[in-house]
Amino acid sequence: MEKERKLINLMEPGHTGCAGCGQAIGARLVLKAAGPRVIVANATGCLEVYTTRYPHSSWEVPWIHSLFENASAVAAGMEVALKAMGRYDNVKIIAQAGDGGTADIGMGCISGMWERGHEVMYVCYDNEGYMNTGYQRSGLTPLGARTTTSPPGAFSWGNLTHKKNMPMIAVAHGVPYVATASVSEPRDLMRKVKKAMEVCGPSYIQILVPCVPGWGIESKLSIHMARLAVETCLFPILEIENGKITRVKRIKPDELKPVTEYLKPQKRFAHLFREGGEEEIKRIQDIADRNLREFNLVSDVDDLSSSQ
Amino acid sequence: MRMIVEGSVAVAEAVGRCRPQVACAYPITPQTHIVEHLAKMVSEGRLKAGFVLAESEFGAASIVLGASAVGARAYTATSSQGLLLMSEVIFNIAGLRLPVVMTCANRAVSAPINIWNDQQDAVSLRDTGWIILFVEDNQEAVDTHIQAFMIAEELMIPVMVCMDGYVLTHTMEPVEMPSQEEVDDFLPPYSPSYYLDPDDPFTMGAMVGPDAYMESRFHLHMDMMEARSTISRVALGFQQKFGRYHGDLVDGYLLDDAEIVLVSMGSLLGTMREAAERLRKDGLKVGILKVRCFRPFPKERVHAALRPGQVVGVVEKDISLGLEGTLCSEIRSAFCGEDSPDISSFIVGLGGRDVTVEDIISIAWDLRSNPACRVEFRGLREDLMKGDEG
Repeated sequence: MEKERKLINLMEPGHTGCAGCGQAIGARLVLKAAGPRVIVANATGCLEVYTTRYPHSSWEVPWIHSLFENASAVAAGMEVALKAMGRYDNVKIIAQAGDGGTADIGMGCISGMWERGHEVMYVCYDNEGYMNTGYQRSGLTPLGARTTTSPPGAFSWGNLTHKKNMPMIAVAHGVPYVATASVSEPRDLMRKVKKAMEVCGPSYIQILVPCVPGWGIESKLSIHMARLAVETCLFPILEIENGKITRVKRIKPDELKPVTEYLKPQKRFAHLFREGGEEEIKRIQDIADRNLREFNLVSDVDDLSSSQ
Repeated sequence: MRMIVEGSVAVAEAVGRCRPQVACAYPITPQTHIVEHLAKMVSEGRLKAGFVLAESEFGAASIVLGASAVGARAYTATSSQGLLLMSEVIFNIAGLRLPVVMTCANRAVSAPINIWNDQQDAVSLRDTGWIILFVEDNQEAVDTHIQAFMIAEELMIPVMVCMDGYVLTHTMEPVEMPSQEEVDDFLPPYSPSYYLDPDDPFTMGAMVGPDAYMESRFHLHMDMMEARSTISRVALGFQQKFGRYHGDLVDGYLLDDAEIVLVSMGSLLGTMREAAERLRKDGLKVGILKVRCFRPFPKERVHAALRPGQVVGVVEKDISLGLEGTLCSEIRSAFCGEDSPDISSFIVGLGGRDVTVEDIISIAWDLRSNPACRVEFRGLREDLMKGDEG
């Protein structure tokens, strides 16, 4: 009975994450799909803080936290060591971090890990900002978002830059398996984790995980917002194998929504709905339209099919 | 087996005989020859280790951290800026109680950029929770690396072995290289009592709040203090096995009747021994105190080695800017008030400036004529000391 329970939840409840935390949902699904034969290297961030407040731990798998920017290097060291010691059979290495720990401060280490081809599954929980330190802007914060370091004012409409394209940076490194996923699509997410674990070489999965306080949403809307990000084409769900897009999450024409439906419930975008914000919203709609065209996101055929 | 090789080659050969399961580094002068030789040993099949060429020293330190966390014997080497770039990981490795062994080929720190030898790099990381050992010559470098793995793994505390860049790393000297069988006989395989393993999961590196953080630092401090006896015991065990002894925590030379004592770390000791012998011929009773173990600092041993009435000059290749030489402050800390000899700080050899036997001799004579406690830079160029007079 005890064993059965552990197989269901390798990241246990009882942690101190916010109600409705998208990252906690994402991490639980990742571990559920990955199974118990893993070792996890976790970067500094919310996930580390709310799951391992000493003397408690939510982790039923061997788990290490070292620093903010080195989860990928620690994971690489574990992989090399296990192989050198002949203990690599039947064990997989997972590195996981938030968007800041991945795309900003962790960039050097992640690039080294990919270039050397370590067999590590890297999971980026993308909540689009430094939420652990109080909602500051990161390289993955979207255009127009208010954070505490990109506050809107008389001279600003919030964050001035576009989301850094981490999946394509991974592809440029020759990472053989790259995927994006959303906590609103749990079966797709878990399938991708299982697939990534089978890859010979590095793999990268970036999961959109709404942050309740950082995005300024109600707890109950967390999954809903993740779904809207997909249905507005702001967060395309892709699978890229050996540099080729092999699968795209399609949106049925009657499910396609304007970006305002995604932006409006979030306090981080509230300033865009004041007078003069139309121009900024149009720029965000342009991003969605570009994604729609580039990845052929809208189609009547079933939602997970091969793209042409 | 006697070999006549560069210090770097000697260290790489010795480390190889310690059978690290993971070796990882990033090239920086003057550490490079160590890594190059390890790469050669791997390519020749003489070193069976996971050998990783990292994207930075920060990455290299993180990689050996990960390797050590799953129970591997792990080694890295660096210098100067590389050590400073590692520094966040250096603290972390010690806090996680991972017995990594590292060579620091000591070099000056920028700015101004300078690739030559002094000891500012390692001295600046004295508070990290690493055991820091300084070696005097290439034989001691070989022997200390073999001891370092034993010390680290017994205590679960990382060890940094410091050897002066160029002066040792790039200098050919004859060294007695133990055979693989001899090292195997001395150093058992690493078998940690805990490591990350799916068969026995646990959480390493948890978030610790004000309720328990202080205790974790206290335990590391107490274990560092305890490490002094382990370091001494391992040095004696090594002597029994190999017949060589380079001191344990400290080593005295001609101290018994010494009126003037010169204190230092690293390759300067050889120069100072020669100076002491010459000075004694001229009637000046000079002794030498070698600090082999910089952290944990052997306060009691220093206290026992020196006495009131002596004049002590701490001669070192680093400076705590705005105070004095760092080793000098540590030596002072062994005494309180009246029991203290007169202790002066002499800063020499920064950024690779030569320190000659004559330089040491002149320090000794100056201490004889003026025992007052002071801080002095020695060997400064007069032509660069003038103000902006046009």
